[in-house]
Amino acid sequence: MANRKIVATKLRANDLILCSSNENLMAKEENSGKILPESRTDKKYNEARRTFLKQSSLLTALALAPPAVVKAAEAGLDEKVADQFEKVPLSLEINGELKKLSVEPRTTLLDLLREQLDLTGTKKGCDYGQCGACTVHADGQRINSCLSLTVMQEGKKITTIEGLATGDELHPMQAAFIEYDGFQCGYCTPGQIMSGVACIREGHANSESEIREYMSGNICRCGAYPNIIKAITAVKKGGKKV
Amino acid sequence: MIPFQYVRPKQQKAAIDALARDNNAMFIAGGTNLLDLMKRYVVVPQKLVDINQLPLHNIEQLNGGIRIGALVTNTALAEHKLIKEKYPLLSQAVVSGASAQLRNMATVGGNMMQRTRCYYFYDTALPCNKREPGTGCGALDGVNRMHAIFGFSDKCIAVHPSDMSVALAALDATVQVSGPKGERSIAFTDFHRLPGEQPEKDTNLHKNELITSVFIPDAPFARNACYLKVRERASFAFALVSVAAALDISNNSIREARLAMGGVAHKPWRLFKAEKTLKGMPVSEASFRQAAAVAMEGARAFEHNAYKIKMAPETIVHALKTAAGIV
Ligand SMILES: Cc1cc2nc3c(=O)[nH]c(=O)nc-3n(C[C@H](O)[C@H](O)[C@H](O)COP(=O)(O)OP(=O)(O)OC[C@H]3O[C@@H](n4cnc5c(N)ncnc54)[C@H](O)[C@@H]3O)c2cc1C
Ligand code: FES
Ligand code: FES
Repeated sequence: MANRKIVATKLRANDLILCSSNENLMAKEENSGKILPESRTDKKYNEARRTFLKQSSLLTALALAPPAVVKAAEAGLDEKVADQFEKVPLSLEINGELKKLSVEPRTTLLDLLREQLDLTGTKKGCDYGQCGACTVHADGQRINSCLSLTVMQEGKKITTIEGLATGDELHPMQAAFIEYDGFQCGYCTPGQIMSGVACIREGHANSESEIREYMSGNICRCGAYPNIIKAITAVKKGGKKV
Repeated sequence: MIPFQYVRPKQQKAAIDALARDNNAMFIAGGTNLLDLMKRYVVVPQKLVDINQLPLHNIEQLNGGIRIGALVTNTALAEHKLIKEKYPLLSQAVVSGASAQLRNMATVGGNMMQRTRCYYFYDTALPCNKREPGTGCGALDGVNRMHAIFGFSDKCIAVHPSDMSVALAALDATVQVSGPKGERSIAFTDFHRLPGEQPEKDTNLHKNELITSVFIPDAPFARNACYLKVRERASFAFALVSVAAALDISNNSIREARLAMGGVAHKPWRLFKAEKTLKGMPVSEASFRQAAAVAMEGARAFEHNAYKIKMAPETIVHALKTAAGIV
């Protein structure tokens, strides 16, 4: 019963987001001087409401089915199954430490790192894969943590900017970013550094144009690109293991 | 994101069953397109079936061609020795898409299935027949810079954004799929569809079917190939226009050509007629211009994308010249 109540509250919070996001967009459009015909605004609002009602009754129905039944029906044994709001237990190795976690299926790796583990070095720029501020390594591969669900990373080794240095000794890429002044405001820097390390490991740091191409997933609004490229080039030429 | 149920089956059949059991379930592979759309409430599945545990991660040399598993990442595909050697066109196309991070996550199946980048599709406050059938096409009389010049309908003028798919369409690939009714294969050029009356349908994949692999037949086009992508910045942007060109050349004459365009239609736009034109012609800019003119027959622009009518044939000519090595 208690469980169901939580589901109900969360549902409401969530649906509010659904509706308000529609309204925000409409407000935006009105502000921009384009006036929407009244009927359309009403129609849109009603549609949003209808979707909301449809969705919430569907979710309630699901919530009413005892999770065990849903699970038994779904599981071809051996399968991972998680219900809508159920937190899934899972383990992840983060910066060399095995973490036993409990997450909702919709938690992105980025939100897990920042909100649950206080690893705020990894930044949220766009949340849509467009800026690279959230770049981390998963089993050595650079990925956008904003576009990955934590549950999908189960069992992997995650490295964030906090895990790059060895004790007090900076990673060569971190040191090079300081030496070559590879940043201004610093917001994109953790992502740039994680991406730069991967760029060298992948063998794509052999020329300035290759570095530019393979670093294009990391946007720097301050425009520190020339110095970022200098830093990566220096690390590559330095020949140290990255 | 709205909450959803999450299942992670290990067997192909279990994955298909898990999808079929629920009307509003979707597969998730790399998640780079689906999660983006879910965060914006453009797509709201109530169940995600994570297919990453399925054994579809290999690239294999078979008799007569290469089979690429649906879960091979875009990076693994672009960097694979066999692909670089036999199908550099594909490797170039994949590397021209998205960013290094995204390509590490994105899969072959997911790349083919990615949705359009039309602004009206992405904004849930605006009308879009693809997202919400019956609401109208906002782009038709709206902002349509990125939109189609071929094969559109009055219901939808969106383009398909995948670079990889343009190369696969040119290379005569076929798609292997598996569903509740068994397996079948679909020619790549028939996989995506034109909008017609049902723009909500991007592909001819049936409900509850899973893409398992893509097969590319051996072809003598390896040496003379070029994927040319024109975009608004040097890297990490979708194509305004792109061209996949591959030539089989002998004694300075074209034995066979393969040509497809991206960024111009609701599907990768294979240029069959222009290919025929090129057959038997000498390798020269004049031949390529003639083929480009044939390719552009029937093109029609909207208010903001007339530039594509000029840009597309120039891109074709330049891609062919690069493929032939006469730039
Ligand atoms: C910022 C940004 C820039 C980008 N730029 C480009 C670009 O320039 N060029 C380009 O081509 N692409 C670009 N992309 C798109 C990117 O290539 C796709 O997001 C990616 O290929 C999708 O693959 P995925 O495995 O992550 O798919 P997912 O997001 O996991 O899935 C996408 C869709 O495919 C379905 N699906 C996945 N696998 C299967 C399967 N095996 N069978 C049936 N259905 C399946 C899913 O249900 C879902 O509907 C960009 C993306 C972003 C975020
Ligand atoms: S926050 Fe992930 S790419 Fe911008
Ligand atoms: S240093 Fe400010 S965004 Fe890159």
